[in-house]
Amino acid sequence: MDESIYLDEARDPLIIAEGWMKDGKDVAIATVVETWGSAPRPVGSHLVIDGEGNFHGSVSGGCVEGAVVTEAIDVIDNGKAKMLEFGVADETAWQVGLSCGGRIKVYVERLG
Amino acid sequence: MDPYVLKTLNEERRARRAAVLVTDLGDGRDRIVREGDHVAGDLGAAIANAFRTGNSRSVDAEGRSFFLNAHLPRPRLVVIGAVHISQALAPMARIAGYPVEIIDPRTAFATPERFPDVALHAEWPEDVLKRAPLDSYTALAAVTHDPKIDDFALKAALDARCFYVGALGSRKTHAKRVERLLALGAGADQIARIHAPIGLDIGAASPAEIAVAVLAQAIHAFRSRGLEAKGAVA
Repeated sequence: MDESIYLDEARDPLIIAEGWMKDGKDVAIATVVETWGSAPRPVGSHLVIDGEGNFHGSVSGGCVEGAVVTEAIDVIDNGKAKMLEFGVADETAWQVGLSCGGRIKVYVERLG
Repeated sequence: MDPYVLKTLNEERRARRAAVLVTDLGDGRDRIVREGDHVAGDLGAAIANAFRTGNSRSVDAEGRSFFLNAHLPRPRLVVIGAVHISQALAPMARIAGYPVEIIDPRTAFATPERFPDVALHAEWPEDVLKRAPLDSYTALAAVTHDPKIDDFALKAALDARCFYVGALGSRKTHAKRVERLLALGAGADQIARIHAPIGLDIGAASPAEIAVAVLAQAIHAFRSRGLEAKGAVA
């Protein structure tokens, strides 16, 4: 159980995103905005991605992060936010589905 | 996300102040709403709910889709007094999701043997609270009975707008305490926020039962934050 009442600045995705921004890096922020059934990470969870594909945080238990990072690079390049949906019913389930059987919606936007 | 919005949001989170990030999923615009800011209509009601529950969610309002990301500081419980009640209260509160700190300058009471796995300060509240100030996401329970130890912390809790302030002692004891707090400069409306005698009235008799009553009262205070103005909660 995490007992701290203060932010864990070294691991907090939004703090890391702000640091990247200050370093002049391109940044995308992915956020879980909806979940159905069993989902590994709660609504509001973040994955932050820089222009080189480095990332921190999570939007699932590691099942779809790779796909989100790829989409995020796209979002950084053209500046247009995207809504991604992942689940077992998804046609790409074999590559990036959620083995837990849940579904999630992830909003990916560029910082700035 | 707007860079300035991210910077502001992180400032609020670092300072342990609650904020809801509202993102319009149609055009991507975002803004920060702080606790107490007035937002009208269905969106305002959804935001108020996000502050109360801490749950983030998507909502449809005014013909648009919004995502509300609730960033609430982690609530915690500060207990003044390393007494028998505190020994039961500390593990119970931790299980309920409220990290606990115990402060008592009496070194015979504040021992790690009596309080294993608890953040324990064998110091005066004045000194500890200077380092780690109270805030509106902190509950304070003063259970020593000793004015020298309790009073400063109670006044500090009222000034910091702790979401819960409870003080152990009979009505008679509390009446004397009220006089002392008035002398310390506390307002009558502030003092009225103190729960005394402490704990929900469940007929608690043993120290452990009193701990249950205190924890339940603190949780109730936390989950009904913001309802006081509407008179829904005493």
